[in-house]
Amino acid sequence: MSEAKEETGLPVLGKKAPDFEAVTTQGTLRLSDYEGTWLVLFSHPADFTPVCTTEFIAFSDIYEELKNRNTELLGLSVDSVSSHIAWIRNVEEKMGVKIPFPIIADLNKEVAEKYGMIHPEQSKTETVRCVFVIDPESKIRAMIYYPLTTGRNMKEILRLIDALQTTDEHKIATPANWNPGDPVVVPPPATAEQAEERLKEGYECKDWYLCTKKL
Amino acid sequence: MPCVSPDGKPTSSGMALLNSLKNKALSPKEIASKTGQPLFRVRSGLRELKNAGFVEEHEGLYRLSKNGEMLIP
Repeated sequence: MSEAKEETGLPVLGKKAPDFEAVTTQGTLRLSDYEGTWLVLFSHPADFTPVCTTEFIAFSDIYEELKNRNTELLGLSVDSVSSHIAWIRNVEEKMGVKIPFPIIADLNKEVAEKYGMIHPEQSKTETVRCVFVIDPESKIRAMIYYPLTTGRNMKEILRLIDALQTTDEHKIATPANWNPGDPVVVPPPATAEQAEERLKEGYECKDWYLCTKKL
Repeated sequence: MPCVSPDGKPTSSGMALLNSLKNKALSPKEIASKTGQPLFRVRSGLRELKNAGFVEEHEGLYRLSKNGEMLIP
């Protein structure tokens, strides 16, 4: 087997996100154009479809909240840029919502294949509902995959970004159902000595391995 | 938004970037801050303007080229 063989398959958490240059509704964009900001790259099955339309309106609704988190949005589907333009004009005209973020026209599926967005059991031609959270160093930090039938939850996407950014800032972890303002999990001790000291540090501890604190 | 139209002329978004470079060299971040455009769009627009010969780049700073100066007197 050739050592130079390109890596294929799904992207991996913590690794660099696959690079791309793609035609979008806001010109030709490269992944590197987003360096220094967080990016939510998401795919939808097709333009002019009902669930996707509700999702685009919902993504537009959280756009300002994402920008407040230094986060940009970038959509993608296997449609032409003309189709994207016609669809977002229709959404603005019929539903009164202006789509503020760019959408990749991935007609040749180049980006979709790099990111594993096509799942043949769902559709051989359409992308499933993927979300990739990419950090300012272009590393993949989180991935969500939803089937064609299920619209995504915008509150969960905001919560996920809040959790990742809080983890980076404070070097902590976040427990189940965490929301900003809730106690965070202190990393477990690596030695018996640290475990002993942990109980004296003023954290709220259920036991030596499960301690939380307020930020 | 595309900064250069198919006829090779800067669009209004392109002109906003060119105007921000009048008499000075700036980084993409500085241009984004000055124009209020998102950084990704500034980087993409500068690439188009550079390919079309309206700006020049040296060590990460962009300035108007001779062609660019003719549009921004």
